[in-house]
Amino acid sequence: MYQKLKIVVLAKQVPDTRNVGKNAMKEDGTVNRAVLPAIFNPDDMNALEQALRLKELLPNATVEVLSMGPERAADIIREGLFRGADGGILLTDRAFAGADTLATSYALAQAIRRMQPDLVMAGRQAIDGDTAQVGPQVAEKLNWPQVTYAEDIAGFDGDRIIVKRRLENGVEQVAAPLPLVVTVHGSAASCRPRHAKRLMKYKKAHIPQWGVDDVGGDRQQYGLAGSPTRVKKIENIVFQAKETRHLSASQEEINGLIRELINNHTIG
Amino acid sequence: MNNIIVYCENQDGKIADVSLELLTKGRSLAGRLGCKLDALVVGAHLKGVEKELYAFGADTVFIAEDARLCPYLTLPHAAITIGLFREEQPQIALFGATSIGRDLAPRVSSALQSGLTADCTSLEIGEDNLLYQIRPALGGNIIATIINPDHRPQMATVREGVMKKEPVALPVAGKLQILEVAKYVQDSDFTVSIIERHIEESKIDIKGAPVIVAGGYGVGSKEKFELLFDLAKVLGAEVGASRAAVDAGFADHARQIGQTGVTVRPKLYIACGISGQIQHTAGMDQSAMIISINTDPGAPINRMADYVIEGDVHEVIPKMIQAYKQNSR
Repeated sequence: MYQKLKIVVLAKQVPDTRNVGKNAMKEDGTVNRAVLPAIFNPDDMNALEQALRLKELLPNATVEVLSMGPERAADIIREGLFRGADGGILLTDRAFAGADTLATSYALAQAIRRMQPDLVMAGRQAIDGDTAQVGPQVAEKLNWPQVTYAEDIAGFDGDRIIVKRRLENGVEQVAAPLPLVVTVHGSAASCRPRHAKRLMKYKKAHIPQWGVDDVGGDRQQYGLAGSPTRVKKIENIVFQAKETRHLSASQEEINGLIRELINNHTIG
Repeated sequence: MNNIIVYCENQDGKIADVSLELLTKGRSLAGRLGCKLDALVVGAHLKGVEKELYAFGADTVFIAEDARLCPYLTLPHAAITIGLFREEQPQIALFGATSIGRDLAPRVSSALQSGLTADCTSLEIGEDNLLYQIRPALGGNIIATIINPDHRPQMATVREGVMKKEPVALPVAGKLQILEVAKYVQDSDFTVSIIERHIEESKIDIKGAPVIVAGGYGVGSKEKFELLFDLAKVLGAEVGASRAAVDAGFADHARQIGQTGVTVRPKLYIACGISGQIQHTAGMDQSAMIISINTDPGAPINRMADYVIEGDVHEVIPKMIQAYKQNSR
């Protein structure tokens, strides 16, 4: 069992794409980010909870939140502090702008090297991209093993950590050594709520910021320059116009529709 | 080299449907580029597996066989895939967007410093001979076309059921190439070990159902979702759900239809209280007939529906059940 365990939780501030209103798209077809509330990415919340549980299990464990984004993403780290994290770092620099998952992973891995944790935990994926790529890419950059889709940290077996994984068609329990990257599935336990006293204490907490100069590395691998993918085209959603018949919810009209479907062998 | 490589997921030599679908798609991409289509199989008990892959058009089948390679473990599978890609330098590499593919592909892309696009709903070769990786983005509110201009391989993952699965008319006279596992994999790649595994074949078969009754967040609750099961039972249909409904706990994840769920092409799709975000419609827009039941006449899904019943699901479904019982022969 680890007497000391340093955990870094990767968290992203994302637009709340689950509650996209009618004004979410501008007339020119681009996304109106201003009307989308910025939230703590849901899966990352699950990861934070798993980290906080380990902190309860191991009295000397620490939990820090690492986020990359614009200055307002410091809110994400404060949110972590409200819920029990010990500290955090915001990676922010113009040089990081335009990063795809690979360049993002490079920047995060550089920061993680400096933070020197034993365990990195992240949500499986972020709701703005749904790629689930950053966790494994960070693991590869660090040359650490990875355990994806974690639903629960079951504990330790000697110096190995036991993780229950949620797969598309079942579950799997694995044992892995540290250092390790774990990505946490949305089906894992929800995060505990904010703690009132911590909220008061950290409401205006200063969040340390790191830029390219603080994390070093190869400048060519940051931001747009370090991103192999390019967006060729963005299209707003236009459904194909189709001849649509409108029916009322009356029993007669529904009878007529069902009869038609039976007669043309769609059902029945 | 001039090839496309499909990583073929398998369980003891049984190739996953999604990999056969990717070979089918890979064949048409290879045709456009005038290059080879190759398959990589990593696992155990792989004897004879190449024949099925030739039948789906694979020119060269690379096989890495070792008892320790099944079930799937990230590091050894990644080591073999990365090693082979370094040797072969494929133009394009395709993976299923499964628990395995989504674990493996990003690791491989990071090692090769190549671009990866997740959950593509369409793959095309552009006029510039680049792979156009098309996917909904931002919660399905936009469709993005992603390219990797300078880095190879161009990598993409695709969900099961998105592409069609079709064997070639005449199986390819392919070539088998056995990879020497020890050349790629070290003992330290087995540092993560599986203690226990419970894999269940999903009993829910929404992919194969001719009629689907699907519910969205608008259905309102898990209890009210039961109405959909009632209608499905009467029609011999399966029940599907939008991501919002699954996230809200109304339905099981195995029923999720859409970009991050299953893609379906039923004869009839009855959308109940589904608004019709592209995230969802990407998984059902090829249904032969669509009925939308929605209180909101402006719901986007109504524009792709053949029939729109403006009304409350809880009012309309019992009427449909009654109508079916009256009229069925």
